[in-house]
Amino acid sequence: MSAHSVVSPHTMQAVRESGAIPNSTYLLEVEDVRKEFPGVVALDNVQLKLKRGTVHALMGENGAGKSTLMKILAGIYTPDSGTFKLRGQHIRLKNPLDALQNGIAMIHQELNLMAPMTVSENIWIGREPKGRFGLIDHAEMNQRTEALFERLEIGIDPEVKISTLSVASRQMVEIAKAVSFNSDVLIMDEPTSALTETEVHHLFRIIRSLRAEGKGIIYITHKMNELFEIADEFSVFRDGKYIATCASSEVTRDDIIRMMVGREITQMFPKEPAVIGDVVLSVKGLTLNGVFRDVSFDLRSGEILGFAGLVGSGRSNVAETIFGVTPASSGTIELFGLELSVSSPAVAMRHGMALLTEDRKDTGCFLLLDIQENAQMAVLQQRYVKMGFVQQEELRRAAGDMANRLRVRTPDMHEPIINLSGGNQQKVLICRWLLTNPKILILDEPTRGIDVGAKAEIHRLISQLAGQGVAIIMISSEMPEVLGMSDRIVVLHGGRVTGILDRAEADQVKIMELASR
Amino acid sequence: MSEVTNDLGSTSRAGLKKVRRLPPEFSILMVLIGIALVFEIIGWYMVGESFLANKQRLSIIVLQVAVTGIIAVGVTQAIITGGVDLSSGSMVGFIAMVVASFAQTSLNARAVFLQPGYAQFGFGWFIDSSPFWPILMGLLLGLLLGWINGQIIARTGIPPFIATLGMMVSARGLAKWYTEGQPVALLNERFTWLGQSFNVAGFPVPRTVIVFFIVAVICHIALSYTRYGKFTYAIGANPQAARVSGIDIGKHLIKVYAVAGLLSGLAGVMLAARAQSGQPNMGVSFELDAIAAAVIGGASLSGGIGRITGTVIGTIILGVVTSGFTFLKVGAYYQEIVKGAIIVAAVVVDVHRQRKKSRA
Repeated sequence: MSAHSVVSPHTMQAVRESGAIPNSTYLLEVEDVRKEFPGVVALDNVQLKLKRGTVHALMGENGAGKSTLMKILAGIYTPDSGTFKLRGQHIRLKNPLDALQNGIAMIHQELNLMAPMTVSENIWIGREPKGRFGLIDHAEMNQRTEALFERLEIGIDPEVKISTLSVASRQMVEIAKAVSFNSDVLIMDEPTSALTETEVHHLFRIIRSLRAEGKGIIYITHKMNELFEIADEFSVFRDGKYIATCASSEVTRDDIIRMMVGREITQMFPKEPAVIGDVVLSVKGLTLNGVFRDVSFDLRSGEILGFAGLVGSGRSNVAETIFGVTPASSGTIELFGLELSVSSPAVAMRHGMALLTEDRKDTGCFLLLDIQENAQMAVLQQRYVKMGFVQQEELRRAAGDMANRLRVRTPDMHEPIINLSGGNQQKVLICRWLLTNPKILILDEPTRGIDVGAKAEIHRLISQLAGQGVAIIMISSEMPEVLGMSDRIVVLHGGRVTGILDRAEADQVKIMELASR
Repeated sequence: MSEVTNDLGSTSRAGLKKVRRLPPEFSILMVLIGIALVFEIIGWYMVGESFLANKQRLSIIVLQVAVTGIIAVGVTQAIITGGVDLSSGSMVGFIAMVVASFAQTSLNARAVFLQPGYAQFGFGWFIDSSPFWPILMGLLLGLLLGWINGQIIARTGIPPFIATLGMMVSARGLAKWYTEGQPVALLNERFTWLGQSFNVAGFPVPRTVIVFFIVAVICHIALSYTRYGKFTYAIGANPQAARVSGIDIGKHLIKVYAVAGLLSGLAGVMLAARAQSGQPNMGVSFELDAIAAAVIGGASLSGGIGRITGTVIGTIILGVVTSGFTFLKVGAYYQEIVKGAIIVAAVVVDVHRQRKKSRA
C-alpha cells in the first residue's frame, strides 16, 4: 500500500468540494483486501470493483465475509492489507465519519434512527442549519428535508416523530439521510427484509433514480429475485474468499447458488410425501379485536399449512393468539376435538404446541445465555427436572443429539449463542421446540435472513417432521417457500382470511390476488 | 459484522485447543486481593502492624457484612431477573423489632413493662420461650412481605423499583409504629446465642457468618442447578422469549421476591440476636449496600447476569474497605466518600471488561 501515494481524506474532501472529481471507470476499487480477527481470516485477499451508475449486489452465505467487507468500505473496520481506491485515488479510511466525508454512506440492517426525534432532526443531526445566535433554524431544516424528499419521491412529513413511522418509512428516511451526505457510494444491507411488495417497488424506484444520477450502490441481499430485478452486476463470496463477479443478465439462479455454496443444491424444497391424518387443530371464528377477525381453518396431522399474506396482514398475530401469547377476544380453538381456552403459552405447550417466533432477537434468543441454556428453556417445563433440580447430564445429551441432528455448527454447547450466525441461532431455537416433542409446530418465518444452505436443511427438517405426523403451520413472506412446502395455503389480508388454496391449485398470482384484495 | 467474525472464530476454536474460560468472578477476586494487599502495605508503613494477620479484625470484617450479605444474596436474584429489591433494609428493621418482641426474658421483660410506654405492649406468652418462635415469626414475616412485593409486581406490572420503594417506606413506618419508636431490648440468652461467636482453632467465628455462607451456598446451588435458577436467568435475559418459552413470569417473580423477603427476614433475626435488641432504625441503607455488593460482584442491573459467588466477594470487598479505613484511622465521613467512589469504580472496571470481551 505504501508504494502508492496515499491521498488523505481531507485532501479528497477538498477535491470533492472543488467539483474537480477525477474521472475513472470504477467509483470504488478494492483489491487484495485481507482482514484477520483473532484466530480467523474473515477476508482472504478479496476484491470488489464498483462501476459508476450501477447497482452491485454482494452475494454469499452467512459468514461468507460480505458484512466484513461492507464494514471495511464504510470505515468501521480497517483492513490488515490491501489497496483501496476511491475514484481512482488511493485512500485510507480511519472511521465511519471519514467514509461519510468521502462520500461512502451505509444504511444498516438495524435502523439507527432516534425514535423520539423528528424526521428532519434525524436527517440533519450534527449538521443542523444555524440561524441567529447560533440556534437551530428549524424552518430551514424542514425546507431542506422537503427538497430532499421531493427529489426521492418520498411522501413523509419532515416534522413527524420517527416513532410514529412504519418500518418501511423509517427505511426511506435512512436512505434519504444517506443521500443527503451527497454520497457517491451507497451501501444497503438487506434493505427489503421488512418491506412489503409496494414498498419494495418504491425503494427500487429510488435506487434506479440514484443509479441514473451516476451513483454506485452496493446491495446486499439473500433474495434471488431481487438480484435479477435491481442489480446490474454481482460479486459472490464464500468462506471469506472472492469467487467471481458477473453481470446479472448473464447467469441463472442455479449458477449463483452453485457459486455461493460451492456445490449443487438439487432440490430447494424437498417436500416429502406425508400421510395426512385427522384434524388436530380446529380454529373457528378466532378474533383479536383490532388485529384480526373471524379466522377459521383446520389443521391435520402430517400437514404443512402455509400462511401467506403481506406484512401487517395479521399472519403472525393469528399464530401468537393460537399459542396464547395474546389470548383471543372471541372464537374457539379446538385441540384434538377438545375446546380449549389458550390463555398463555404454558397452556399451549401442555397441549403439545410449539411456536418458533418471527423475531429471533426480540422473542427468540436469550442472547446472554449459552447454546445449551437456549435449547433447554422450553422443555424444562415438562421434563428433565427432578425435585426442582435440572438433570444436567440427560439434558445435555438430549440437547446435544438434537443439535447434531440439526447440524448446528458449534464446537461447544456452552458457547454463548450470540457468537453463532443467524442460521445457527435459528437451528438452536428449532432445537428448543423439537425437544418438547410438539404435535403442532407453528413456524413464523423459519428461514428469514438465513443463507441458502441452511435454508435447504431447515426445509428438509420441516418436511421430515410432517412425515412423522407433526402438524405444521408455516408462515412465510417468501412466495416460493410457501408454494414449495405447503399442502394447503391460508391467505390473509387485513386481518381476514381471504382464501384457502390447495397445493395443486395454488400459484404465485392467485396468492398475490388474495393477499392484496 | 460481528456475526461473521464470531462465527468463524468459534469454528476455528474447534480446530485449535478449546479456550479455557476463567470464571467471571476471577477479576473481582483479584480486586479483593488487591485492596487487601494495599491496606496491608499501607498498614505496615503508617500503623506499624499487619492488617490481615489479626484474627479479631478478620472476624469483624465478615461479621460486619454478614447481615448485608444475607440480604445481598436475595437482592442478587431480583437483580438477575432484571428487577431490584429496595425494601430489604426496612424489612430488616421491622422484622428485627418483631423478632425481639417475641424473645424477651422474664426478668427484663418485667422491667420493660414497668415503663409507661410499654404498658399496653408485650407478648407475655412468649417471654422466656424457645427461640423457635421469634425465628419462625421473623422468617414468616419476611416471606409474607416479599410475597406482597412479588404479587404487586406480577399483578400490576409496575417496575420492581417502584413496588419495593413503596414497601421500603411502609416497612420503615411499620418498624416505628410497632412500639411507637421505642427499642425492644433485653432479650433472652437462648435467642441471643445466635448472634454470638464460637471459637475454631482460636478464631472467633460469628454464627451470623456461618448462616450467611450456608444461605449463599444454597442459593448458589439453586441458581446453577435448579429449574428455579434457569428461569430466573431466562426472565432477566429476555422476558419476551421467556414468556413464549412457556415460563409464567408473574408466578416466578413472586417466588423470587418471596425468597428475597425470606432472606431479609433471616437477616432481621440475625441482627436482632447480635444486637440483643430491636431498634426501629435498624438496617437503614442496608439495601443499598446489598445492591452495591451484587453489582460489584458482577450482577447487571439490566438483568440476566449475576452470580452468588460474585456477590459474596462483593460483600467482602465492602467489609474490607470499611474495616481497612477504620484500621488506618480514616474518619467516618471520608470512609463514605471513598466507599461511593469504590462502588462506581468497581462497576466501571467491570463494564469495561465486559465490553472488551464482547469485542474480542
